[in-house]
Amino acid sequence: MNRTAALQKVTFLKLPAPLANSAWLAALRSAMLPLIGLTLFLVFWNIAAKNIDTSLGQFPGPVQVYQQSVNLWQEHQAEQQKAEAFYERQEERNARRVAADPDYQPKIRPYTGAPTFFEQIWTSLYTVSVGFFIASLVAVPVGILCGLSKSAYAAINPLIQLFKPVSPLAWLPLVTMVVSAVYVSDDPLFSKSFLTSAFTVALCCLWPTLINTAVGVSGIPGDLVNVSKVLRLNALSHVVKIVLPASIPMIFTGLRLSLGIGWMVLIAAEMLAQNPGLGKFVWDEFQNGSSDSLARIMVAVLVIGAIGFFLDRLMLMLQRKVSWDKSINLR
Amino acid sequence: MRKHLELTQVGIEFPTPKGPFVALQDVNLTIGKGEFISLIGHSGCGKSTVLNIVAGLYQATTGGAILEGKEVNEPGPERAVVFQNHSLLPWLTAYQNVELAVKQTCKHMDKAQKHEWILHNLELVHMTHAKDKLPGEISGGMKQRVGIARALSMEPQVLLMDEPFGALDALTRAHLQDSLMEIHAELGNTVIMITHDVDEAVLLSDRIVMMTNGPEATIGEILDISLERPRNRIELADDKQYNHYRHEVLSFLYEKQRKVEPVAVKKSQQQAAAKPDAA
Repeated sequence: MNRTAALQKVTFLKLPAPLANSAWLAALRSAMLPLIGLTLFLVFWNIAAKNIDTSLGQFPGPVQVYQQSVNLWQEHQAEQQKAEAFYERQEERNARRVAADPDYQPKIRPYTGAPTFFEQIWTSLYTVSVGFFIASLVAVPVGILCGLSKSAYAAINPLIQLFKPVSPLAWLPLVTMVVSAVYVSDDPLFSKSFLTSAFTVALCCLWPTLINTAVGVSGIPGDLVNVSKVLRLNALSHVVKIVLPASIPMIFTGLRLSLGIGWMVLIAAEMLAQNPGLGKFVWDEFQNGSSDSLARIMVAVLVIGAIGFFLDRLMLMLQRKVSWDKSINLR
Repeated sequence: MRKHLELTQVGIEFPTPKGPFVALQDVNLTIGKGEFISLIGHSGCGKSTVLNIVAGLYQATTGGAILEGKEVNEPGPERAVVFQNHSLLPWLTAYQNVELAVKQTCKHMDKAQKHEWILHNLELVHMTHAKDKLPGEISGGMKQRVGIARALSMEPQVLLMDEPFGALDALTRAHLQDSLMEIHAELGNTVIMITHDVDEAVLLSDRIVMMTNGPEATIGEILDISLERPRNRIELADDKQYNHYRHEVLSFLYEKQRKVEPVAVKKSQQQAAAKPDAA
């Protein structure tokens, strides 16, 4: 004989139907678990911070970090006002001199105050973009070559495997010396620290794009390749019309991984190369060793994380936009 | 019959770790212009290999194929292929898929002519209404129609079809077979089609080429189908001659070239083999 035990449906809280179905409630529900996670983290962080004493004072908790982020913003604004005032004074002075002497050629000298935290963020973003761009410029074509030709893959694969695991810190001294030796100019367009950081980023974020592109290209369905053969597409058309579109999803997977790695590498590279970005900020605060330093570094840590996340989302959006395969799960 | 496409002593070997594997041997076939040929045989008998050799995607180890007096040694648009799984480029619309072929093969046309020609070919397969849809947005049958339009747009001397309707349901397949007969009647292309479907072969073909089982597969029998065209599947269903042809093909496939032993026979053999051990 069959017995079925009917379980009473358990409801914690019954809401009236229009309220339960409303969009904002759904949004609240989906935000609930992340919010709980975040709150728990803040509580844990606060308790842990209170129990850690360092030579630079107590480890900063959420409150100190918040205060320092406000501080950094105010310092940025103060610095901007200073710069504005500096340029205003210059203009006034120039105007006066031109009035006194019409032949005078007015000169504008750039403001040379220390970069603020927010300017350093821009420097970092710019540096990582350049490094990432150089890497992609090399990795995508080489990846396509590796994917198309088994011989090329066999020749290049050992090099990929050899250099892929190398830490940016190992590359940095070499890159520094090469940049110093090769980039000699009286009127340098870029600072050496910038080039060193960008190239180190490029060297380290080359590999995911290269490997994923190669895998994507070699995985193109044989039938599509046969279509190309029957149509007698030449090598360039084959790459442009069949290979590239077919492997776009994989190329973008690689690019996303590369940008993530590039951003991580950048912070280390800037620390050592003294490129005035977030890495240098962290290093300078550490060397500075004031009682606020740790909280300011913690602000940088959070900002670095947030920007990394933002960059990843940006790549994801781009990938969604260019990928023809809307059915694949992109996350 | 004028020689249009000629296969002479075609054989092919594939290298394997255990030494060369002879897939095909001594395939001889002469096909006239405008003929509709079906290749039928069990899985793995080398039907696709024959087609790929004609397409130029495989190179025969011995013998070769000659089309209009020219040896086939590479793929080309004059031997357009309709692949089993349509193989449209998934990032291009139906129109753009045909356009790619037209741009490549009809270089003598100007822009407006090309546009006309693309639309004409889509019209032939009744796909004009969905010309701006991506392959992912249309059904399997529709994709195969676009695949056929793309092949036709290359104005091929021979149309090669590798189980073009194999992946479709029976109703869609019947529909596409009718379309194909219509197109063949209108354009008079030479067609070589691989099929597993006996009805399809008899209904569509002028000749059915039946292949023996591999390895070392070759042509077993060739059956001439002298049914009047246009053919109507409903009228033919009761036709004596039609059913005779069906019987011929079925008897070739399931008696002369039987691949799978009937279950009962297999069992009794196993029992016979098992008895001495038990005793």
